[in-house]
Amino acid sequence: MRKHSVKSAAIVGAALLVLAACGSNKNESSGNNGGSCDTSKGTLTVGVVAPLSGNLSALGIGIKQSAELAVDEANKKCTVKGYKLTVSAQDDEANPAKGAQAATKLSTDPNVIGVVGTLNSSVAQTVQPILRDKKIPQVSPANTNPTLTRGNDFLTAPKRQFDNYFRVCTTDDLQGPYAANYLVEKAGKKKIAIITDGKTYGEGLAAELSKQVAKKGGTIVGSEKVGEKDTDFSGVISKIKALAPEAVYYGGEYPVAGPLSKQMASAGLNVPLMGGDGIFDGKFIELGGKEGDLATSVGAPTESLATAKAFVDAYKAKFGKEDYAAYGAFSYDAANAIIGALAATLNGGDWAEGKREDMLTNVGKYSGSGATGEVKFDQYGDSTNKVLTVYQVTSGKWKDVQTGTFSG
Amino acid sequence: MSVLLQQLANGVVQGALIALIALGYTMVYGIIQLINFAHGEVFMVSSYGGLATFTLLPDDLKKSPAVALPLMFLGGIVIAVIVAVIMERFAYRPLRNAPRLAPLITALGVSVFLQEAVRVWYPNATSNLPYPKVFPEGSLSLGPINVPWTGVLLVVLSVGLSVILQTYINQSRMGRAMRATAQDPDTAKLMGVNPDRVIVLTFIIGAALAGVAGVMFGGYLNNINIDMGFQNGIFAFTAAVLGGVGSIRGAVIGAFIIGLIKTLAGQYMPGGTQYDYVWIFVVLILVLVFRPQGLFGEPERVRA
Repeated sequence: MRKHSVKSAAIVGAALLVLAACGSNKNESSGNNGGSCDTSKGTLTVGVVAPLSGNLSALGIGIKQSAELAVDEANKKCTVKGYKLTVSAQDDEANPAKGAQAATKLSTDPNVIGVVGTLNSSVAQTVQPILRDKKIPQVSPANTNPTLTRGNDFLTAPKRQFDNYFRVCTTDDLQGPYAANYLVEKAGKKKIAIITDGKTYGEGLAAELSKQVAKKGGTIVGSEKVGEKDTDFSGVISKIKALAPEAVYYGGEYPVAGPLSKQMASAGLNVPLMGGDGIFDGKFIELGGKEGDLATSVGAPTESLATAKAFVDAYKAKFGKEDYAAYGAFSYDAANAIIGALAATLNGGDWAEGKREDMLTNVGKYSGSGATGEVKFDQYGDSTNKVLTVYQVTSGKWKDVQTGTFSG
Repeated sequence: MSVLLQQLANGVVQGALIALIALGYTMVYGIIQLINFAHGEVFMVSSYGGLATFTLLPDDLKKSPAVALPLMFLGGIVIAVIVAVIMERFAYRPLRNAPRLAPLITALGVSVFLQEAVRVWYPNATSNLPYPKVFPEGSLSLGPINVPWTGVLLVVLSVGLSVILQTYINQSRMGRAMRATAQDPDTAKLMGVNPDRVIVLTFIIGAALAGVAGVMFGGYLNNINIDMGFQNGIFAFTAAVLGGVGSIRGAVIGAFIIGLIKTLAGQYMPGGTQYDYVWIFVVLILVLVFRPQGLFGEPERVRA
């Protein structure tokens, strides 16, 4: 009896193995379009570090899926000869400590060729050094803090901080001032109050905005801080309201900005709230963002760029929805920069960890036409694409009102 | 001056919310000397319960606040009560005679469990969820002061329910049984009080109040998230300790004091709103140094 049951267990086990094998075969063939590419040398990994859960997950999932799209397309087109590419996405929960764990995990894998990420500048600060030590290129679709590439004196004495760090989006030292110009010159709002959430991103943005507002003849009537987890902003709003601002600039992200805007209105402070790319998401409006609120975001509107159309169509075909969010197109370009650099590095040869040095050089030299326009990096690792757009909430949706580059 | 009045009004609204939650902490502590750290999560779960109720309503009912709103309160309260009863039965009752630390740790465990359960099982709970717009819009304007109608409703509910609760405990038969159990469970048992019933009822009342708070929180702030239970739970717990844990009146007054400290310190103390929590806990520490039993609490009884 006992023997019998062992035997039947073995049979069931074998059957399961066969099934599993069938399953994986099937996946592979659909993954690379009938297996037409040569993937005999194995699999290489593009890492993604982004908030896949938590408040900012709408942005993070857009980043992850867009990177997956780029990798999928490369596999179909046999961009990297001999290898199959895959995405390993790690959740950083928008938390620097979690980001460090995610980066450490990726950095121990010898097959990781590069990392797309992070979303948050504060998370990038912990991820950068971990990846640098292993010479893994990091291309961020969304970090806009200028110190990440050019150091604390980024305006007067810029100095490259990490030779493995690149980004495809533009920076707060342009985004903040661009917003300031719009508010003061175009919208005629001279008295501006600032609210920040105390994180690297929001503080940087607000600091650059303040300087430019003063330069253009506006005044910052007051500045306040809110906690990232705060929900009741009545105290802050009453303080700001007493200063009678014509607009409020919020340095932070949509989970706070949406409710803040709504609570401003119900407290009788009916002025537009403006923010950076961190509030430029449909979720902002859902959570309370009101008509007339403003946001700057990096790049031209994805829908209006001719180069972006192919991306949007392919994304929709793959995921069925257009939830690539604010950074999807950037993430797609970032992943393609890594893949392009890999193709140049290998040039038909074999991958080895020792080739990471060449990878860094090749990412730096990468030049391509992507979903956000031209993708190229300057000597600090910053994108050469400095286009910014102002969006406004109009009949419940973000609508672009001005696209251009910051010119002082 | 108008800023001061506005901040006082803001503080009263925040206090009203905290008071509804603090009652649950103080009642449970009064009866079984347990700081039920999971109570904040009961508040959070009820908020999601109210939202789920709304989501499940047929479309024509969604448009009629007079129907939708009471149903949301009912849904929130029912979910909160169910969670609290299950929690009491399976997490706390088996530990009734265990050392005090055991149920305390269990309460922390239940708290984490509830938070993660909502995060994993409630659709899209990983990020803030907007609350339906069935609450009265607009605000009450008294000269320079501006209070949203939802804030007014919150204060009315909070004060009204506290008064009803106090009367119930002081005058009803069951209230007397509760007080008796709080004073001495063994003697109360000899007098024919069933302590299990009294304790379950205490949890139910606390949860129902948290349920009202949970739905009102969504209506007042338009958004809910899974962290709201922890944060407001800490405030409510602090309010209960400040007022004297075990005392109904103390919890409510403690809650209003905390609400007012938060908004006034944010306005007038150095550091502004960034440091308003600091002042809450500074006041708490000062009260505990000079009056360890809290403002309205009785000195700790030593049980035989």
